[in-house]
Amino acid sequence: MRAVITIVGKDAVGILAKTANVCAAHNANIVDVTQTVMGDIFSMVMLADIEKMESTIGSLADDIEKVLEGQGLVSHVMHEDIFNAMHRI
Amino acid sequence: MLNMQDIMETVQMIQDECLDVRTITMGISLVDCADSDIGKACDKVYEKIVRKAERLVETGENISRTYGIPIINKRVSVTPIAFLAGVSGGDPTAYALALDRAARTVGVNFIGGYSALVQKGFSAGDEALIRSIPEAMSRTELICSSINVGSTKAGINMDAVQLLGRIVKATASATAERQSIGCAKLVVLCNAPEDNPFMAGAFHGFGEPDCVINVGVSGPGVVRAVLARLGKDAPIQTVADTVKRTAFKITRMGQLVAEKASEALGVPFGIIDLSLAPTPAVGDSVARILEEMGLETCGGPGTTACLALLNDAVKKGGVMASGRVGGLSGAFIPVSEDEGMMAAARSGALCLEKLEAMTSVCSVGLDMIILPGDTEASVISGIIADEAAIGMVNQKTTAVRVIPAVGYKVGDELNFGGLLGGGPVMPVRSLSPAVFVDRGGYIPAPMQSLKN
Repeated sequence: MRAVITIVGKDAVGILAKTANVCAAHNANIVDVTQTVMGDIFSMVMLADIEKMESTIGSLADDIEKVLEGQGLVSHVMHEDIFNAMHRI
Repeated sequence: MLNMQDIMETVQMIQDECLDVRTITMGISLVDCADSDIGKACDKVYEKIVRKAERLVETGENISRTYGIPIINKRVSVTPIAFLAGVSGGDPTAYALALDRAARTVGVNFIGGYSALVQKGFSAGDEALIRSIPEAMSRTELICSSINVGSTKAGINMDAVQLLGRIVKATASATAERQSIGCAKLVVLCNAPEDNPFMAGAFHGFGEPDCVINVGVSGPGVVRAVLARLGKDAPIQTVADTVKRTAFKITRMGQLVAEKASEALGVPFGIIDLSLAPTPAVGDSVARILEEMGLETCGGPGTTACLALLNDAVKKGGVMASGRVGGLSGAFIPVSEDEGMMAAARSGALCLEKLEAMTSVCSVGLDMIILPGDTEASVISGIIADEAAIGMVNQKTTAVRVIPAVGYKVGDELNFGGLLGGGPVMPVRSLSPAVFVDRGGYIPAPMQSLKN
């Protein structure tokens, strides 16, 4: 069971580190990260294994949002099943 | 394997293009709540709804959080109350109050099923229920009422059509201090589906299981955005194909939500309603999709053709994405709930007659149209008869949900707020159909051969 975390917005120091910290605190294991910076727009997709996570995806989403608050960044945390459902026949 | 482009596409759909699941509707049968004592029946109704739907809102919110998909409404639909009223006798308003109380307890947005099916005539409870609608609407907030007055197999019950013209007017008066909002929760149908999750026409049909989860998807904003990216020179079959692909993705999302909700609640999955349901939010409009296809304004020449293409492509894409499809399935064109429709109506580009033509190729019918408060009851009956005739002859669902807003005239604006939206009062032709309407009786069912 994996969750997809996306973050898009203004580039700044420590976005990845802060997000990774929250994942660690929730016991979510980061298995893949893709990130690009175009101009000053930061865009990242992170895949985390949430099999051993004790909290819910909702609370992980809340904590990521909290840690990035006020930085002009938009984050989404979604169960991977949604992408498999929408983009696979 | 997940790929970055698919992920970003989904995120963009939700973040910028208003993609959502419009409703998770739990259908609950109240057949086992019938009782010859109306007080006991109301208690049983309240108890069963609360027991079955207790966790509906919480479950919907959990799914929404886990998958990152907004789920806008959680609703309940029940067995047509006219049946219970027929068994118990008495004033059906008691049921309306019980339903409203149950809806508040479980926290749903609306509860549908204050309904009667009278396409072939009135049975015990039907007429009493219809006559109680104005009072029921004035004393409740969350109940929705629907009356089926016709079908392809039965024809049209003109006695009911005549009565409902007056009931719509009376409901407007009874809720006059709330901009006649009662009429926004009252719909008159022909060929009503028994598994529709959308209000105001939702009720739990007699052929349905005891309890079931139906899901209505949405996503006009997403369709509009992909068509905008397609460019102006793409041939029309490419437009159709693009809509189809998009409808597939939207519906798969709905299917996933339905499966998860069904699993979490331990209630069987019923159907997905493949619908493009607009909201008053800018960008989430069916009218704007038609304009994106190449119309100057929705309501102008070409509108019916564009809508026919859209409606068909949505179904084709959606059918493949879902295990079981039902409900109203198609594009909705409610005027007050669609920003583009409101603008078109305000500018005079979209008139009632064009809307009527549009209803012959899309889901449902004349929906959420605000009329002048002095519109005659017989004119409303005439509109209902016309719309029911389109549904009856074309073997499709049609409906009328008009609001003759007391104290308002053409050019005024109404604002209900929320999903019900608002908009301009539209002109209606006042040429009287009174003699036709007052004849009563029924329109016989149409031929099923010699189709021309």
